[in-house]
Amino acid sequence: MKLDLSGLQSFPSPTMAEVGVGENDLFARPSFQLPACSDFDGFEKEAIQMVKPAKGTTTLAFVFKEGVIVAAESRTSMGGQIASQNANKIVEINSYLLGTIAGGAADCQFWHRNLGIKCRLHDLANKRRISVAGASKMLANILYSYRKMGLSIGTMIAGWDENGPGLYYVDSEGGRLKGTRFSVGSGSPYAYGVLDSGYRYDMTLEEAAELARRAIYHAAFRDGASGGVASVHFVGPDGSKKLSGDDVSELHYKYYPVGKTPFEQAMAEATEA
Amino acid sequence: MECVFGLVGDGFALVAADTSAVHSILVHKSNEDKVMILDSHKLLGASGEAGDRVQFTEYIQKNVHLYEFRNGIPLTTAAAANFTRGELATALRKNPYSVNILLAGYDKDIGPSLYYIDYISTLHKVDKGAFGYGSYFCLSMMDRHYHSGMSVEEAIKLVDQCIMEIRSRLVVAPPNFVIKIVDKDGAREYAWRESIKDTAEVSAA
Repeated sequence: MKLDLSGLQSFPSPTMAEVGVGENDLFARPSFQLPACSDFDGFEKEAIQMVKPAKGTTTLAFVFKEGVIVAAESRTSMGGQIASQNANKIVEINSYLLGTIAGGAADCQFWHRNLGIKCRLHDLANKRRISVAGASKMLANILYSYRKMGLSIGTMIAGWDENGPGLYYVDSEGGRLKGTRFSVGSGSPYAYGVLDSGYRYDMTLEEAAELARRAIYHAAFRDGASGGVASVHFVGPDGSKKLSGDDVSELHYKYYPVGKTPFEQAMAEATEA
Repeated sequence: MECVFGLVGDGFALVAADTSAVHSILVHKSNEDKVMILDSHKLLGASGEAGDRVQFTEYIQKNVHLYEFRNGIPLTTAAAANFTRGELATALRKNPYSVNILLAGYDKDIGPSLYYIDYISTLHKVDKGAFGYGSYFCLSMMDRHYHSGMSVEEAIKLVDQCIMEIRSRLVVAPPNFVIKIVDKDGAREYAWRESIKDTAEVSAA
């Protein structure tokens, strides 16, 4: 059995010669039954490596003059298989904060819920709402302390506070970035292309929602791990609101309607005449 | 891909750093400020892993401030550098930080100084230093054109030459840089060298 002993620290041995029967157990080196496989630590490392790059999703968020737009598609994949086409990747942390899910779904859902609890405790303790910067810093500090332990989270925290709209990118490596435009996931390069070229700070709400929808559609078109429903949310001074949810395949025919071939066109004209 | 470099001049010290926040092939941000103003007369330019860079430099900054609050007198640059190195060294064989640091400061009786602090807690007091792939180009340029007692204009000219060299010769060269300076009047931002302006920042400002 191959064992990686690098994590084990040596425990100090007791100087007392005689120790009571019960206390003797306290000083005994901790031990537990290992699972019956040939390479236990290799399996753990493999599991971590499997999850690491697999942020199979497209999420995006950007700040503009009215507030923050947050959009995502809804496909979850397990390797090459589509597990679900209706996953919800935008979570309401509280009435004025939204979070996005990319990476391990369980990790994201759990830690967003945990963040919501901590935000609520902060509101109660300080008699005022936590800022977006504060909420994202809390999450970043927690994730930093768990770095290198196999968490896989690429999230954006978007919200509205006293300083106006706020958007932060937080990931499981412990990074935290303040910005105005972010996209996270395997489809993010595709989304960035559409988002960057169409972005203006002074868009109207409808233009911004359409830009987000279009960017998600294009990412879902090219990226196999993205698809399902493109949902668009908005966070403004009055809190968050879902603006739309459109099936990506239907969007495809809306943006690129099927036209008749010249032969079909000629046939149609001939029958009309 | 991250470049941090710095040099000591006549009565001042400069630190320049790129401003890209990168994740594999994606540039998430091109205006991320990596040179922290540690206190009134100290600059901390850092490059390294995302979480480590911010967390470790903020930790050093808060402890430097704490010392000043407790003792009513700020740390000297040498003391701050040795403290930073000590923290990196203590963590090295347990939970290492992957951060490379250039610490520049100005002390009233000593003048300007620059400290090179590696991710494995190497500490050197230097006249010029550089980290990252950019260092392959900067170090020889600085070796060639640097002389002690450079004026601010001469130093900025050298920094600009280094930035131009990085931009033209490094395959994934960062587009934007920030330059900060520290002298008897304190630590402050000197200039940005931007070749890609983010449209949102321009409109929002």
